[in-house]
Amino acid sequence: MRKKSRQDKPYGGPEVSRRGFLATMGVGAAAAAGIGLSHADTPSVVIGPDSITTVSLLINNREHRLLVEPRWTLLFVLREKLGFTGTKVGCERGECGACTVLIDGIPRYSCLVLALEAEGTRITTLEGLMNGEELGSVQQAFLEKDAFQCGYCTPGQIMAVEGLLEAIPEPTLDEIRRGVSGNLCRCGAYVNIFKAVPRAAELKRGQGGKP
Amino acid sequence: MTEERPYYVTGIALPDTPDPGHEQPWKQTQIVGKPMCRVDAYERVSGSAVYPSDIILPDMLYGAILGCPHPHALVKTVNVAEAEKLKGVRCIISQSTPGTDLKWSYQNAKTKLFDPHCRFEGEAVAAVAAETPYQAWDAVNAIEVGYQVLPFVADERKALEPKAALVHGKSNRVGDVQKYQRGDVEAGFSQADVVLEQEYRTECEIHTPLELHGCVAKWDGDLLTVWESTQGVYAVQTVIARVLGLPMAKVRVIGNYVGGGFGSKLQTRKYSIIAALLAKKTARPVKLFLSREETYLTVGNRPAGNMRLKAGIKKNGTLTALDFSCIGTGGAYPGGGVQLVDWLIRDLYACPNVRTECTDVYTNAGVSCPFRAPGHPQGSWALEQMIDALAIKIGMDPLDVRLKNIPLYSQGRDGNPPYTTTGFKECLEQGAKAFGWIEKKKRAKTVPGDNEHVRRGIGMAGCLWFAGGGGKPSTVIVKLFSDGSANLNMGASDIGTGTKTVMAMVVAEELGVKLDDIQIENADTGTTQFATPSGGSKTVPTEAPTVRAAALQIKKQLLKMASKDLKVARLMIKDGRVLSVDDPSKSLKITEISELKSQGVIVGVGYRGPNPKDKAISPFAAHFCEVNVNMNTGETEIVRFVAAQESGRVMNRLTFDNQVYGGVTMGIGFATTEARILDVNETGKLCNRNWHDYKLPTALDVPADMLSVPIDRPDPEANSTGAKGLGEPANIAAGAAIANAIYDATGIRVADTPINPVQLSRLLAEKRKER
Repeated sequence: MRKKSRQDKPYGGPEVSRRGFLATMGVGAAAAAGIGLSHADTPSVVIGPDSITTVSLLINNREHRLLVEPRWTLLFVLREKLGFTGTKVGCERGECGACTVLIDGIPRYSCLVLALEAEGTRITTLEGLMNGEELGSVQQAFLEKDAFQCGYCTPGQIMAVEGLLEAIPEPTLDEIRRGVSGNLCRCGAYVNIFKAVPRAAELKRGQGGKP
Repeated sequence: MTEERPYYVTGIALPDTPDPGHEQPWKQTQIVGKPMCRVDAYERVSGSAVYPSDIILPDMLYGAILGCPHPHALVKTVNVAEAEKLKGVRCIISQSTPGTDLKWSYQNAKTKLFDPHCRFEGEAVAAVAAETPYQAWDAVNAIEVGYQVLPFVADERKALEPKAALVHGKSNRVGDVQKYQRGDVEAGFSQADVVLEQEYRTECEIHTPLELHGCVAKWDGDLLTVWESTQGVYAVQTVIARVLGLPMAKVRVIGNYVGGGFGSKLQTRKYSIIAALLAKKTARPVKLFLSREETYLTVGNRPAGNMRLKAGIKKNGTLTALDFSCIGTGGAYPGGGVQLVDWLIRDLYACPNVRTECTDVYTNAGVSCPFRAPGHPQGSWALEQMIDALAIKIGMDPLDVRLKNIPLYSQGRDGNPPYTTTGFKECLEQGAKAFGWIEKKKRAKTVPGDNEHVRRGIGMAGCLWFAGGGGKPSTVIVKLFSDGSANLNMGASDIGTGTKTVMAMVVAEELGVKLDDIQIENADTGTTQFATPSGGSKTVPTEAPTVRAAALQIKKQLLKMASKDLKVARLMIKDGRVLSVDDPSKSLKITEISELKSQGVIVGVGYRGPNPKDKAISPFAAHFCEVNVNMNTGETEIVRFVAAQESGRVMNRLTFDNQVYGGVTMGIGFATTEARILDVNETGKLCNRNWHDYKLPTALDVPADMLSVPIDRPDPEANSTGAKGLGEPANIAAGAAIANAIYDATGIRVADTPINPVQLSRLLAEKRKER
């Protein structure tokens, strides 16, 4: 799950290791037991819900170091602490997909990922698809095919399509529909999203598979 | 509600605007009508569009509201001692906090901001501002409230029973029963060859736009600025100023972008007042956005419809009588529980004898508000299934029954005014043709190559939309600069319908300015002109003629200036040049006009004049649907949809089609997936307050094969652009078309929404037993 161990000294609280943190979170205890770790291995430390620790996040190929509460979601940190407001908030419980980002190239709901969990991963947001001021292929395709109305679910849809095309460069209609089925659009622009995806694939091919 | 004061302006004062004189609609257009990408598409797909929920201000706090957990309770005590001690908490307000004793009204019902008598779950009890939203919610959870829980009524069907709990006063009735009658229904039924009667129910639907409801409030001395996710900045400004006792000029509301509304962001809500109070008390900006769960409880819904319809028809397809009744609820306060539910019964088909009776009752549930075509999808669900059933009973094609009963005037309105235009016939005919209605009717019910247990069916439904003609007031300012670029300044919000793009196209049409050279300022009470909220499918027919009037003001001045240079009287504008009508060789570029060069800018002010007197303006539509139904599991696959829409002139073909697809998609949700579920027997609480338990249609639930068939017929009388509204009529008929297709496939008349596998498999099992 985590690629490097946490050595940073938490700010304003006792030192806590990642394993210790997970163990204190209850669900982590079960998960830790499942992979053969015992509490004796790393003594768990109880940390308050609002103690603060540093985290380093690699977002759109730039590293951001900041202080976070362990309970802060990646979504909250992206939007409210770092200003990546291209990532939208819709439900904060993994239902709508407005907060979809790519984590190591895979579309994930950033409301279901803690900022701490995202350390050591490669995070891409909507802003990361831009080439300077130029739109990325999927963004351009959404513009051309009018694949949105109010535009609020759109960043999440675009990230889902970005992830889909990374996995399947020429998806079938069925693969497209499944690829964006985790992203709700209340305006109902799905039909145009279906049209935008093959166009995005075409643009990507034309541009030699620009990321 | 009247046509002069439609629902989308409830509670706000309306200024008048002068009549600019009636310009004739365009004969031919160069820009308007073409498929054009949105002028703000780049902002929306790049993430650079700043929605109100994206606002981050220096030193900003986060707000959260403690809602009453009971559907009916009295707040006895509020203890904030423990909550105040928590880290990061900066302010807690409740009924006992000085300065919060403010008047509030739900429509005409008076209450208070923090009313100790909570009549619905989620009603505001207290609020917190803290350094992070997490800390704000910690504090909300730590506030100890002593409630006296009261008996409740959550089911509107039981609200008038003698032992039902009372929401207000002595009766749960909201006003008098609304009655309408023309002709003599009993005589009508006696003339009929076939009379059918059926009860229908449509479940309560929640808007759930993707952007949460909320705002950011900031004070600069006595000036309050509110960035609000709203369909109408002026509506919000008016109510905030009134409730807080501020001059209008001291309240600035900005809503440049809004992440969907569908009617739920027409009104001002308590959270905006609460955010302003928290910001005042802490002397810091406060961001207060509701949680998704709260939006299910407190910011409106489409009321459930409990309807009964009795209808008579002659063998030749002539309707003789319609008798309709309905019980609905706007929740705990007046919310339009039966608003416009009977309109289609009154107005859609020619019928001399019609009676409707609508009863609105109070229940202990969230207050309703307009939801995309208020009342219409419910009424359509009943009427269009009934027309289908009557047609089958007399052995006529449902398409022909509809074609036979098209009215040319509005029967539902006093004085029977004619429609300015009606394209209902064309919608039915051209939609049927594009769908292949006649051919498809002849096919076998089984799907070739598929299993025997999959049956296919087709269905259709027609509709009109009550409003959709727009009207005054509206004021728009257009500026043409000496370099040929233009600025468009209007108060209206673009809620995702493409308003800004259509308005820019109107400017481009009149002044020959490229779309890229038009900058739009909109939806900001501090810098733009008064506009009514964007709703009721009236934004294009209201604002487009106003924009055109402003552009024509400029054009007049521009040609006068050019005539001085060219020494020619009759001039026209084409491709950025002014040229002589009689001798096109005499011309000059707009940027070369001497007086414009010296003056720098021409300002045009456009007003929206009145609508034609004694005429009704309505858009029309016909929807056609094909389904495959699994007769074992009750699963329905919607495989094809054709929507023919007549909304006057098509302003932008690209955004037009998108609106239609969106309306159909929402209709699919209404008919097959969506239902608010209240625990009516035990707790009265809402059971499905999130998108997991309350299902919206996903990409897997809509057919990729969706076709928009525009009936492009400019309406010469409606307004100077010839356009009528589109958003709502695209939503109305889809649900009933699906129900009729399912009947065609299964032989089962499903009278209640949602037609999901749970309901349909039960009905299929019952049908098998009958055999």
